[in-house]
Amino acid sequence: MEDSTKYQRYQRQTVLKEFGTEGQDKLFQAKVLVVGAGGLGCPALQYLSAAGVGTIGIIDFDVIELTNLQRQTLYSVEDLGKPKAATAAGKLKSFNPDILFPVYNVKLETKNALEIIDEYDVIIDGSDNFATRYLVNDACVLLNKPLVYGAVLRFEGQVGVFNLTDQETGCMTNYRDFFPQPPLPSSVPSCNEAGVLGVLPGIIGTMQATEAIKVITGIGKPLCNKIVSYNLLNNLFYEFSISPAKEVNVNIPKTKLAFLNFNYEWFCGAIDEPLEISPEEFDKLRLKEKINIIDVREIDELPVVVEFLFTQIPLGSFEEAIAEISIDNRIVIFCQTGKRSLAAVKMLTEKFPACMAYSLQGGVEAWKKHCNKSLHSATIKS
Amino acid sequence: MGINVLLFGQVADITGKDILKIPVVKNTNELNQLLEKTYPALKSIKYSIAVNKKVIQENTALHNEDTVAILPPFSGG
Repeated sequence: MEDSTKYQRYQRQTVLKEFGTEGQDKLFQAKVLVVGAGGLGCPALQYLSAAGVGTIGIIDFDVIELTNLQRQTLYSVEDLGKPKAATAAGKLKSFNPDILFPVYNVKLETKNALEIIDEYDVIIDGSDNFATRYLVNDACVLLNKPLVYGAVLRFEGQVGVFNLTDQETGCMTNYRDFFPQPPLPSSVPSCNEAGVLGVLPGIIGTMQATEAIKVITGIGKPLCNKIVSYNLLNNLFYEFSISPAKEVNVNIPKTKLAFLNFNYEWFCGAIDEPLEISPEEFDKLRLKEKINIIDVREIDELPVVVEFLFTQIPLGSFEEAIAEISIDNRIVIFCQTGKRSLAAVKMLTEKFPACMAYSLQGGVEAWKKHCNKSLHSATIKS
Repeated sequence: MGINVLLFGQVADITGKDILKIPVVKNTNELNQLLEKTYPALKSIKYSIAVNKKVIQENTALHNEDTVAILPPFSGG
């Protein structure tokens, strides 16, 4: 584009001396990912593309429904049933054809999150569930990306910026410093159940776009380590600060591998994984991936297991040793019959709600039987 | 005299109030106990606490005229 026309469209903001053409150039260069093209995503996308952010990624796997139209202002009745991400990109492209809109019509999961998020400078969380919120947060911590958080329910919303170092204090916080553990799924109503006044995500999503623009251009003070809560009924804005919590970071996956192995839906209680694993499943699991196996029997108990490597921590001393256990991989705990190991799994998941630990069903006795049976059937077949 | 307790989201729904004035208690653990005794439904939900606009993770001493915010998480988007 010709230099003379390049800035024309943005004259009302380049004329701001704090912003200028330098600010505009930073926006042209910037890449922002908007997670969720719903109530928060729509207004954020509209203002980011109007402002001239060069690349705006849109990730959403949902389709447009009639009940979305009350707040998701990019969509119209003709769009019902169409995918949100592609539809949003189409509309936005007509508003501002100079912008690139990569579309991800997929669910954000551990297997695709790092690759997608790594492409962007700033991430906007407009998701509608805790599993995605913790997943996006942890991926941003791992990749060191600023995350603009926003959430709404009924008449109240929150906005804040995570993973951005406060220039004055040198501090950086993330979502887990605010909410270390996800709530029980049954205890928090969703917008479907509890409702949301349509204008609310419009306000909060627009504030998220504002914070993203501040982070990119360096104007003003972003809501770094801070959350603003807004209640539209009484016009109450309440700002509070967050500091890094020591305990919290125990649960954040420290490596890409640990992130890949972290089951966010399970962590957030969206699905109930069984605490027990059958001998068949156990054999499949240990051949498929690196797992930590723990024997909670006493040192001299029989039978001796030589078929795989394990750590021995008798149940009596399990509680003392618990802090030393690595939860980066899945954990299988066994004993003689599966009773002590189930108790150990319960202790472990209480200490580390994020760990994926299973008790070997029926213990080593059942596993040995299973091995003999498979060996026997293998002999017959041959 | 007392502590101002600001209630947000679901906590405000449960208590039917968005602000409470309570007598001074020693610390946030005592405040939790008092709130959960008065409103047993609070026991079943998780919330974060901010004392004088700072989110805390550990039991924190409270003083006369402190303001405590009770902040339940919500995830709507």
